[in-house]
Amino acid sequence: MADTSVTHAHDTHEHESDEQLWEGGKSPLRASYGKIMMWYFLVSDAFTFAGFLIAYGALRFSMPTWPEPDFVFASFPFVKAHWPLVFVTVMTFILIFSSVTMVRAVQEGHRENSRGVVFWMFLTILGGASFLGCQAYEWTTLIVGENMTVSQNPFGRHIADGIYLNADGTEAKNEDGTAKTFKKDESYLLHKHDGKFDIPKIRYTSGSYAGQTTEASFGPPAFGALFFFITGFHGFHVFSGVVFLTIIMLNAGGSLYAARKNGYEMVEKIGLYWHFVDLVWVFVFLVFYLL
Amino acid sequence: MAGHQTYEEQKALVFRGLMLLGAITIVEVFIALLAKGHMIHGVEFKHGFGHYLYMLLMVAFSLYKAYFIIFYFMHMAYEMRGLVLSVLLPTTLLIWAIIAFFQEGGSWGARRELIKEKNEEVVQPAPAGKPTGYLMPGTVLYKG
Repeated sequence: MADTSVTHAHDTHEHESDEQLWEGGKSPLRASYGKIMMWYFLVSDAFTFAGFLIAYGALRFSMPTWPEPDFVFASFPFVKAHWPLVFVTVMTFILIFSSVTMVRAVQEGHRENSRGVVFWMFLTILGGASFLGCQAYEWTTLIVGENMTVSQNPFGRHIADGIYLNADGTEAKNEDGTAKTFKKDESYLLHKHDGKFDIPKIRYTSGSYAGQTTEASFGPPAFGALFFFITGFHGFHVFSGVVFLTIIMLNAGGSLYAARKNGYEMVEKIGLYWHFVDLVWVFVFLVFYLL
Repeated sequence: MAGHQTYEEQKALVFRGLMLLGAITIVEVFIALLAKGHMIHGVEFKHGFGHYLYMLLMVAFSLYKAYFIIFYFMHMAYEMRGLVLSVLLPTTLLIWAIIAFFQEGGSWGARRELIKEKNEEVVQPAPAGKPTGYLMPGTVLYKG
């Protein structure tokens, strides 16, 4: 391994002068240049993501209402039911698995086992690709099925108790004849019919708006913009990760890294990046889906 | 690098990590569904103290997952102290960013109603012949 050989080399010259240190050969922080730089790139990337997620929090706190994640993210492929947060849990598990297979690839690299590296990296790439497929499904559901865009968010929540009205202003009834009411904080989705949004009339019966008749409003548009930008930026990281993993897997299958005799350090570096993508997802998952 | 561990120990760590991260995620989602009222009819923690406790718990779980990924999957636990500090210390700046921006966001929210009221306010036009503008009566701007 690279760092042990460096340490051994220096055991024999413990009393070298400062001038001799300028000649190189000693790694600061006892890690290779590439690994240190990967760490510092990840620090800067962490700040970018933190900036996005903090912007999400600031905008969310500034709005009187915000869409509920368990209402917005409740679809599942091939199932018509309302399954809150189940699909995104599957996505989280896919990323955890691909992180675990990546650790195995790095370990096999340290043993200079080319076949092991390729095998575990291949599983990691499969995980990354499946995650991207899941994200494509999630985006398609939101964009095509539920008409959410970066500037328009049909997921709203009522700011007070009230009652739905018919187009002529009379009170709407449920099928069993009771009044069609809604509660404060209740979620709703505005649907499109024949290319036009079908926006119900409502009358508030509580709070400072009691007695006012109005139309149900769209949710905060910032929600759509933040969702697509932040999950998109993360998805782009996953995508570029898959591309780099593929290149490095092909190199590892050839003799390139074996010839370097440094314990497949390139695999270790892309491993750091890949774990970071999983790390960011922990916080995207927290901010968008759990809180 | 985990150079001082045997290969078997390394493989055991990977399995433990998988179990740990998976278990925490399942617990997180279970608590989220419980808190949002999907698990037990009539039980939810959407307001007040219960909601704060719920959010605190979710943040704590996520920070633990982050710690595990950084220290064991990314091998930070086996790096030199200088590298660990130079990577982790800068991120403490984010604590202030979170406090400041959430405070700011809350303030925008609190002012929304005020801005709406001011926008709807009807301003009476000043009577003709009298001075208008920001100057108070008797203000002398320039003395020769």
